[in-house]
Amino acid sequence: MNSKNPVVRTVTLLAFWLVVAVVLFYVLFPFYWALKTSFTGPARLSTEALQWLPSVPTWQNFRDVFAGQPFGRNLFNSVMVATGTVLLSLILSLLAAYALGKFRFRGKAVLMYIILAVSVFPQIAVLSGLYTMIQSFSLYNTWGGLILSYMIFTLPFTVWTLTAFVREIPTELEEAAYVDGASPLQTLFRVLLPVMTPALVTTGLLAFINAWNEYLFALTFTSDNSARTVPVSIANFSGATQFENPFGQIMAASVIVTVPLIILVLVFQRNIVSGLTAGAVKG
Amino acid sequence: MTTTPTSARPAARRTRGLQASRTRVALLLLIPMLLVLAAVAGYPLLRTIYLSFTEYNILQDPAPKWIGLGNYWFTTEDGVGLGVLQIPEWWQSVWNTVKFTVGSVLLETVLGLAFALIINSKIRGRGLLRTAILVPWAIPTVVSAQMWNWMYNDSFGILSQWGRNLGLLQAGESFLSNPDTALAALVAVDVWKTTPFMALLLLAGLQTIPSDMYEAADVDGASPWTQFWRLTLPLLTPALLVALIFRTLDALRVFDMPFIVKGNAPETITMSIYARQELILNSQFGFGSAISVLIFLIIMVFTAIYVTSLRVKFD
Repeated sequence: MNSKNPVVRTVTLLAFWLVVAVVLFYVLFPFYWALKTSFTGPARLSTEALQWLPSVPTWQNFRDVFAGQPFGRNLFNSVMVATGTVLLSLILSLLAAYALGKFRFRGKAVLMYIILAVSVFPQIAVLSGLYTMIQSFSLYNTWGGLILSYMIFTLPFTVWTLTAFVREIPTELEEAAYVDGASPLQTLFRVLLPVMTPALVTTGLLAFINAWNEYLFALTFTSDNSARTVPVSIANFSGATQFENPFGQIMAASVIVTVPLIILVLVFQRNIVSGLTAGAVKG
Repeated sequence: MTTTPTSARPAARRTRGLQASRTRVALLLLIPMLLVLAAVAGYPLLRTIYLSFTEYNILQDPAPKWIGLGNYWFTTEDGVGLGVLQIPEWWQSVWNTVKFTVGSVLLETVLGLAFALIINSKIRGRGLLRTAILVPWAIPTVVSAQMWNWMYNDSFGILSQWGRNLGLLQAGESFLSNPDTALAALVAVDVWKTTPFMALLLLAGLQTIPSDMYEAADVDGASPWTQFWRLTLPLLTPALLVALIFRTLDALRVFDMPFIVKGNAPETITMSIYARQELILNSQFGFGSAISVLIFLIIMVFTAIYVTSLRVKFD
């Protein structure tokens, strides 16, 4: 784009914007298609499936999702399980991150290796062990069972990311608190916690998204709608009859669970990018 | 800790005492997290390994029965191989997973690099572009699986329509229903979903390259092409390696998307789907655990390569 020739410059610029347009189309089209399908009424779905716009946009699918399916209950389960998971992992990892980020002790490197190893655990590798454990604690088909099992992927992530943040906090803050006679817990909650709020929000948000999207454990450790989460219900959606095509409703449900996430991502865009890359690249 | 001359001994002792109490505090702070981690990762993993040496149908058997390595390798007197390693379906799932991993990681790397270069260039609206690229990443895997399932639908799917227009598909066919293209169709879904993540990791790498290096290259008259190969790519290698290994590990354990789109279909069954089929659908906790252990070993080998090749260091 540095050429002095105006024609070459215009052509390069045009080609570049063409590439940008193609990228945008590729990235956004499937979501647009889902959105469009969700506004196509069940009666028109088979005739208008390939049209770019619904001829008569309708909220029918959105109403049906809540009326004909226990989708409200699934949403409630998802919110409770994901929130519980995030709160528990943040509390546990805040304590741990303080120890790992600011204290020196033998075996710390080994511990960090172990946590890193857990973060790449294939969930399937613990499935049978967790299944028998959850059953013996009577946690099968409960929020508690899901929250506990989700720790395996949220906890290593939150510990890792928060440790990176704690390490960046200037030691002088902590030393000043120590001179004033504050205990380690007081130092953590009175001095470090306020500084760490942005880190906690970012880390919590990413952990929330992961817990919200989890499928394998939710599918395996629940048996009915008392604890079934949204991903399992969206994957299992069925029409009222065998011949009905429920894709309108599936897309409506998909839009319902995705739009809040997209809004969160847009609002916290910068934090998410830095959070993702802090966890990944520094790892 | 420094060992100091005799005159400073009391101070050293005091430091040592302080050090010991700090270690105690650190341990106390770590214990809750370690207990939970042991409960959700350590114990279940050991239990899975133990179960892999037993015969245990969770619906029929009252307790696991020790059979040693029988789940891994066992030949009956009639010469029938019953161990996982002798079963073609396992090797089919390994082969599918390898093809899926190589295909998706390669495509994601190339596309992700292209995306990253585009968002990193100084254009108007690049914030908007970066935000748009985050959309597929923000969509839950289950949702993206269903969205593509709909687009692949044999009679009502837009992708099947495009396939027919291009003469690639007959009426009533879809890329998913054809066993020859099903795996490639799944790779396409994964590439759409995860290329943005790859692009973000690479963007972070690109932004660490100081811009004066490009200015110097401009002064020297290097073409953009030369700048890319001689400057960008070598400096981006560490970030590229990290992203590559992250994606490889993810792809090797893939479960959700192929399971939702194609279920247990043999042409797309992955290692994790095969393990769950034996564990949960067939209730074979011993045999299924053996498959899980094999997957765990494969992932750990890759992780070890990752940690050593990148020389990850802590503190």
